[in-house]
Amino acid sequence: MSAVTKLGVTRDPARVTRAAWLIGLGIILLALPHLIYPVLALDILAWGLFAVAFDLLFGFSGLLSFGHAAFWGTSAYLTAYLLGHGQSVPVAIAGGTLSALALAVPVAYLSVRSSGIYFSMITLAFAQMVSFLALQWTDLTGGENGLQGFARPSFLGLDFSDAQVRYYVCLALFTLGFGVAYRAVRSPFGQAQQAVRDSEQRAQSVGYNPARFKFTAFLLSAGLAGLAGAMYTFGHGVVSLEVVNWRTSGEVVMMTLLGGTTTLFGPVIGAGIVLLLRDVLTTANLPVGIVTGVVFVLVVLFFRRGVVGTLQHWLRRR
Amino acid sequence: MFNGLVNGAFYALLSLGLAVIFGMLRIVNFMHGALYMLGAFAAFALGQLLGLGFWPSLILAPLLVGLLGVVLERGLLSRLYGLEPSYNLLLTFGLTLLTQDLVKQVMLSRFAVSSAPYSPPEVLSGVVNLGFVVFPKYRLFVIALSLVVCLVTWFVIEKTRVGAIIRASTENPVVTRAFGINVSGWVTGVFAVGAALAGLAGVLAAPIYSVEPYMGAELIITTFAVVVIGGMGSIMGSVVTGFAVGVLAAVGAAVYPPIANTLVFILMALVLLVRPSGLFGLPEGAR
Repeated sequence: MSAVTKLGVTRDPARVTRAAWLIGLGIILLALPHLIYPVLALDILAWGLFAVAFDLLFGFSGLLSFGHAAFWGTSAYLTAYLLGHGQSVPVAIAGGTLSALALAVPVAYLSVRSSGIYFSMITLAFAQMVSFLALQWTDLTGGENGLQGFARPSFLGLDFSDAQVRYYVCLALFTLGFGVAYRAVRSPFGQAQQAVRDSEQRAQSVGYNPARFKFTAFLLSAGLAGLAGAMYTFGHGVVSLEVVNWRTSGEVVMMTLLGGTTTLFGPVIGAGIVLLLRDVLTTANLPVGIVTGVVFVLVVLFFRRGVVGTLQHWLRRR
Repeated sequence: MFNGLVNGAFYALLSLGLAVIFGMLRIVNFMHGALYMLGAFAAFALGQLLGLGFWPSLILAPLLVGLLGVVLERGLLSRLYGLEPSYNLLLTFGLTLLTQDLVKQVMLSRFAVSSAPYSPPEVLSGVVNLGFVVFPKYRLFVIALSLVVCLVTWFVIEKTRVGAIIRASTENPVVTRAFGINVSGWVTGVFAVGAALAGLAGVLAAPIYSVEPYMGAELIITTFAVVVIGGMGSIMGSVVTGFAVGVLAAVGAAVYPPIANTLVFILMALVLLVRPSGLFGLPEGAR
């Protein structure tokens, strides 16, 4: 992309566009709980970060994980468990996130050795193991009933029974997570990761170890998915088996694709669209599965760039 | 143990279809579980609307599902050839969500049920004494038929001229086309047969598990694990692993019940540690 020179100052147009996206997204997210009801806004933050985490692996490493619900769900459960056992909110959220990270170590070790569709199947199978475990280990997860009614003790004078307060706490966590992803993608690590995605052999020949990059990317992605899962528990105050179901893994893929992969903003916007759409459909008593299924099929067939990707493509061509 | 063989028969039939479709077309058909459900649903609907019994449905329902396979492959999946196989997985995932909820709506609005029992034919009701065990006739029939179908499919693909054409069409379409063979026609046929196999499994399952819109959802995940253990695309691998997993899960359940459903995934992790390409699969680079 060519740099624009104006009055002797070199400006990178891509950077300007990115800044515009950042500011736009920031304003929307700050205003969100005043535009829609706060619990839905909270959902958008949690799922949005979850989708960013997924895209870090799919968009930037080319690894389609079909089992990311394992990390989201493990963290969601552990956060709930810790809160239920009298831990403070920061400890519970940190504990949940770390549990996802810990789970990711063996899973990443076993799965990054394969690629393409093999990788997808293996991650899916691991997620199923977690899902069956969640069903069986009722002491920890409540089995079919899930966990609810756990405390969210106030911290630093913040009253977490207020959904608006919870939203802004989650917005801070979201910003932290998004910042980590943003930095990772722009860093030399992120550049190398994309080189590995584009051509593993070429990356290897200039001295990179593809397996190590994939492993690190997997951990980063799983950790952020864990943070998102902790936010979900904190926001809702309920956890059920749904968080480890394979549908959850599929939904995060759908949000990311719809918004646009490799954009980081895309997954957040995709999450927003899917959740708002579902909210509208449920309220209007329309069949949610049929409509989301159709949207998904159309996106895969005709709209693979996603909303943000298409917009960027269109802006660039002008 | 013997009931494990019945479950194994379904795993084998389903993973056989998946393996044929993946091995030949490189499509990861997430919709396989939904096609299985459609087979069962078709049998139920044919009975309700046309009064057809088990035997005609056993032929007609797989044919209908196979026909749907033709439409899917021609209309949708063929648009994604040349892209990453991931997109096939995603497309069929979307179709699964769509199909499940569509059938749910139809069952509720047209038939006013959310789940329906289905009876086996008169001849196959009752039990049979095998000397060492007394076993329901129908379940024995399921195991036998599934074995026959698996053997025939394996034989056709590995040993006959038709199989050779199919393998050539998928391994080197350009050269095969130069020999005057209609490659895309064969590809569609293979997908249709794979879909029909899932439909057949569905009809067979209807009297055992009853007809329900989400009956394929959990089964498909186990089937994926079976395919990964057996070696993706390996037909022999999926059939042998399918039956073995069924039996193993039944034995596991007898020893320690909670482990039954997880066993297959533990097994998968172990196999992957030792042999990343699966028990009967070739290493990834060797294709």
